[in-house]
Amino acid sequence: MSVGLRPGSRAERSMAASSAFVFVFLYAPILVLFFYSFNENDNVGIWTEFSFRWYGEMFQNDAVMGALRNSLVVALVSTVVSTVLGTATALALERFRFRGRGFFDGLSYLPVIIPDVTMAVMMLLFFVSFFRLLAGAGMAFEFGLGTISLSHIAFNISFVAIVVRAKLAQLDTSLEEAAADLYADRWTTFRLVTLPLIMPAVLGGALLALTLSLDDVVVTSFVSGPGATTLPVYVFGLVRRGVTPLINAVSVVMLAASISLVLFSLVFQRRGAEES
Amino acid sequence: MLKRMFLLLMVFAVAVSACASDDGDATSAEDCEVDEVDGDLNFYNWSEYMDPDLIAAFEEEYGVDVVETFYESNEAMLAQVQGGVSYDLIVPSDYMVSIMISEGLLVELNKDAIPNFDNMDATFTSQPYDDGANYSAAYQYGTTGLGVNVALVGEGFPVSWALLFDPELTSTFPGGVSVLNDPRETMGAALMYLGYSLNDTNADHLAEAEAVVAAAKTNITAFDSDQYDEVLAAGEVAVAHGYSGNLIISMGEADNPDDFVYILPEEGATLWIDNMAIPTNAKSVCTAHTFINFLLDAENGAALTNWNYYGSPNAAAVPFLDQEVVDFYAATTEANTEVIEDQGDYEINYTDALARAKS
Repeated sequence: MSVGLRPGSRAERSMAASSAFVFVFLYAPILVLFFYSFNENDNVGIWTEFSFRWYGEMFQNDAVMGALRNSLVVALVSTVVSTVLGTATALALERFRFRGRGFFDGLSYLPVIIPDVTMAVMMLLFFVSFFRLLAGAGMAFEFGLGTISLSHIAFNISFVAIVVRAKLAQLDTSLEEAAADLYADRWTTFRLVTLPLIMPAVLGGALLALTLSLDDVVVTSFVSGPGATTLPVYVFGLVRRGVTPLINAVSVVMLAASISLVLFSLVFQRRGAEES
Repeated sequence: MLKRMFLLLMVFAVAVSACASDDGDATSAEDCEVDEVDGDLNFYNWSEYMDPDLIAAFEEEYGVDVVETFYESNEAMLAQVQGGVSYDLIVPSDYMVSIMISEGLLVELNKDAIPNFDNMDATFTSQPYDDGANYSAAYQYGTTGLGVNVALVGEGFPVSWALLFDPELTSTFPGGVSVLNDPRETMGAALMYLGYSLNDTNADHLAEAEAVVAAAKTNITAFDSDQYDEVLAAGEVAVAHGYSGNLIISMGEADNPDDFVYILPEEGATLWIDNMAIPTNAKSVCTAHTFINFLLDAENGAALTNWNYYGSPNAAAVPFLDQEVVDFYAATTEANTEVIEDQGDYEINYTDALARAKS
């Protein structure tokens, strides 16, 4: 563990202290958020007494529940689609040589680099002109959950592709060559050799995509449509009126959902590791 | 800064995309009759701003569905409307109304279809952003003023911005005072304290205002726009500069609500107004008129204010309001209030002045 350091040396102890500090720094706000979600008071920061009041109000609030449902639909759809497409992109760029590969390579980093606002305006303009084109062909499309999901897929593909590519680059290509030597076709090789090996990265990319989608405000509020408010957009709107512990309650529920997703993927990965 | 960037991008967006969708099938506003509905209502509003019971009542009375969508900034709403997303009723703030009128994005209201327009207090039909209220009907309003802890400040205090800016006075306050961290609000307050308009664009006047803020700094505990209401309610500062909506809630929740009063200084105070308006690409223009008329009804207008605790522009609603809301906003219509107007390129000077005064 401590290469070249005496156990309990000052350097080691200060390292331990600094990592403890980082944990406190990261998790103390979450703890505060958690405790105050059980606050009876209308104000976030003034503690009166313990109550489930805000959880009750959350479940009775149709607007909040509708926004939560919209967020989950968009997050699930965009995560699944962008994980599949992002993994495919990573494979194509890492394993195959084709005309314009360098160009695509550079292009795939764009959504990660460009600011949210730019992405949002681009998406909005794209949909506006695309819908006009389709209207000319007699097809009517509307802004809504569909446009939000498409936009989230668009920026998530890049994140998934980057995570998966890093893993693919480390992978020993002789494993795939061995499979080919044993007459496995490309699909079989992918299914039985490559995919299991890159699975942790694929899951990691999927979780990243899920988080980004659940978080997004800027892009979503630009490409949204009637009836398609997502939870983060709704919560941002609440801030204007002064924050109530309702936001804490909503956040705790979302936090619980994300934590259980992470635990689920850890269990899944560990089981995979034991089997192989 | 972000707001400015958004606006720049929007102008660019319009230039590129020209104007989207102009459906010929929508009824024009002149043909709308009182209580006429021509389809479901796509209502684009701020979060937690509309009483769900009123929506249900409207749906039942007129047999249409109201689809609610929410936004978190005027700029995001503007982008959507410019992009051609069709909403029937939107709730832009004062400065955004003037932007949307000049962009040709709003339908001129047919007052014949809105007989309850007469219920509106005259203060709200003669604002500079839409003089005569031809394109917009006030929805709710709020003010920026001072929350005062009388137990700490003592009786007989002046109803003035001196409560923030007179160092001799504020040095006697236990805990000091809290001032908004907002260039237009804070520099505006200092300008009003000096007797100028909060929309004043004279650089010399602004320099005087900067000196006022800098001199008052020793007793300013915090430049804070987020927690001031809770800090005031907890007794940690004696006076807090802030928004009426937040202060009314926090002061009511304090251990001893009677110790607190909300005042609008005699020199003048900021007024903001959110307004109902109909975008030009709306599909159910008549339903939107009917909805505006519904909300301007005396009892419905009161129900809205009793639900969200913002001020009602509806003069006829006053008898139906909760007494605490009446007391809280009583001063507004008599006070010398002014709406913040967008000063374009000059805006940056307020930001710089506040930054220098704080440092």
